[in-house]
Order: sequence, then C-alpha cells, then structure tokens
Amino acid sequence: MLDGNAIGGLLLDVFGTEMTAAEGVCGHCGTPGVLAECEVYLGGPGTIVRCRTCKGLQMVFVEIGGVTCVDLSGLSSLTAGGLTT
Amino acid sequence: MARTAVRRRLSWQLATVTGVVDETPRVRTLLLELDDWQEHVAGQHLDVRLTADDGYRAARAYSIASAPGEPPSITVERLEDGEVSPYLTEVVRAGDQFEVRGPIGGYFVWRPEDGGALFIAAGGSGVVPLRAMLRERRQSASTAPAKLLYSSRSIDDVIYRTELGEPDHGVEIVHTLTRSQPEGWTGYARRVDAELLREVAWPSEDDPRAFVCGPTSFVETVSAGLVELGYAPSNVRTERFGATGGR
Repeated sequence: MLDGNAIGGLLLDVFGTEMTAAEGVCGHCGTPGVLAECEVYLGGPGTIVRCRTCKGLQMVFVEIGGVTCVDLSGLSSLTAGGLTT
Repeated sequence: MARTAVRRRLSWQLATVTGVVDETPRVRTLLLELDDWQEHVAGQHLDVRLTADDGYRAARAYSIASAPGEPPSITVERLEDGEVSPYLTEVVRAGDQFEVRGPIGGYFVWRPEDGGALFIAAGGSGVVPLRAMLRERRQSASTAPAKLLYSSRSIDDVIYRTELGEPDHGVEIVHTLTRSQPEGWTGYARRVDAELLREVAWPSEDDPRAFVCGPTSFVETVSAGLVELGYAPSNVRTERFGATGGR
C-alpha cells in the first residue's frame, strides 16, 4: 500500500496539473483531505484510491489501450488550484 | 505561437545511468543524466517505467535523492516482490537507459523560504526525500535549524551513513536502531513512540515544518505524535509506503 504521493504522475497525466496537494472530500464519510494522504493500491490491473479514514473507494484509474478510464464517483468534491468539481 | 501556449506536458524520456552507489546491501543510488530536466523541488519524485519484451509495462515512483541543481539521482530499495526495484538494484549498470518522467509532486516538498524549524523523520528508505531536503538546506545556505530522526533496523541498514555522519552546522541527526545495535551503542534502540518524539522533536512553539516518510505504521505513529505535541496538522506532511514485502 502506498499513498497519493506515489500517483502524482498519473494524476498530472489525467488532470493536466499537480494534484497531490488538491483536496478531496470523501463521498462515503465526508472527511476532507489532500490526495497525497489517500491510500493507494497498485497491485491489481488498475490504480485504486481509498479514503484513509473510512477505507471507502474514492477513485479508480484503469488504462486500456492507451486510454485512461477514470472513476471519481467516490469523491463528493475535488478542489485544485481554486477550482472545484 | 500556439505551441508555447500549451501547458508543458509531463512526458517520458530516456534517462542514462551515469553511476551506481551501493548504499547498503539492499539499497542503491543511481546517478542519472536526462536531456530535458526541469529543476525539481526537494521532496519531489520521478516515475520510472520499465517495458518487458512482451510489452508489459510497470511504473513506480521514486523520490529524488539529490538537491535541486544537482544532477538527478534516485535511491532504490530492493523489494523482494517488486516489479521495478529488483531491476534497478540488481541489473542496471552505468550506461544503461530506462524511461523516466518528472519531477512530480507539490505536497511533500520543502523550500528553504518556507521558514520555521525543520523536523524530518524517516523510517528506512523514507530517508531519501529528506536527504534531498538536507542537501537543499546546505546548497541554499539556509540557517533553518534542522533535525532528522532516522529509524533503521541496524547500523548496516543506515542509508547515506557517511554523509549523515558529518552533518552541517545547525543540523542534528538522531538515529534509532530498532532490531540490533552495535557494541557500545548509546543511541535509541526502539521503535519511535510518543515519548521518544517528545524528547527529540522541536517544541511546537518554534512553528516547525515536519516531513515524515516511511512505512505506513511509522508515519502514522510519528504524525499523530507530532500533532499531539502541538504541531499544526497542515505543517506535518507525510509520505507512506508499504512495509517491505507488503506493498
């Protein structure tokens, strides 16, 4: 198990900007935190990001044929550089 | 020109290994040469990508061990079940090439102008980005008081042992050896706990900046202990990796 620092490159690829210091709010337990603090699992076919507090699934990244599929449905909000999604 | 308006993309490039330094029996530093290297910030990492003959690819992040302005280097610990580290620690030789991209990261970074005293704590190979910070402190002639608390299993597992044995003025290095100690050892000989932190860490009144890097259990103990001592949670930055064999 790693943390969000380890996927800074992947996040930069997907979002086009530095994201390890971005703040996400967990869609399961509501705890806010920087992405660097999340639990990250690289062992499977994709990259799994879980909430450090409730272990809920926050983000999934899977690369298929050069395209990265992104599932952010476990986050209720994501704020980077003043922009919130 | 449309091209200059586009944000600089992080792209893979070939790094050439210019030298190899054996730090411990399981840990090596690789000195790298890159054609297109944007100056990094102490604490950042780079991604290394290996491609097998059958096209299978594996990428992992490694902390940059050098200070900004120095030629980039990474220090890699061999993980028995690793996909990338066995190659980097056992196979690679000077002159070999592999793909990298970076520098990466904006959270676990220290700039001399950030101010405050610096308290950095490492478990095992977690010392790598903290060593970059100490080198950056030296290079920038920073006068910030700095203290490194470094937990290793044994004296032979201490990475950068010679360099850390000669700290700069204003830098204090505190070792703890958790598994075995050499004869005559007078330093700490246990895992970091709240009491040890109380004895070693800067008092919170100094408004210290803390960086903690190591296995998850180490990082959780130290970061919680520092917050208990009154450190502002936002000033305690963490980077975790799985314990050896369990990542």
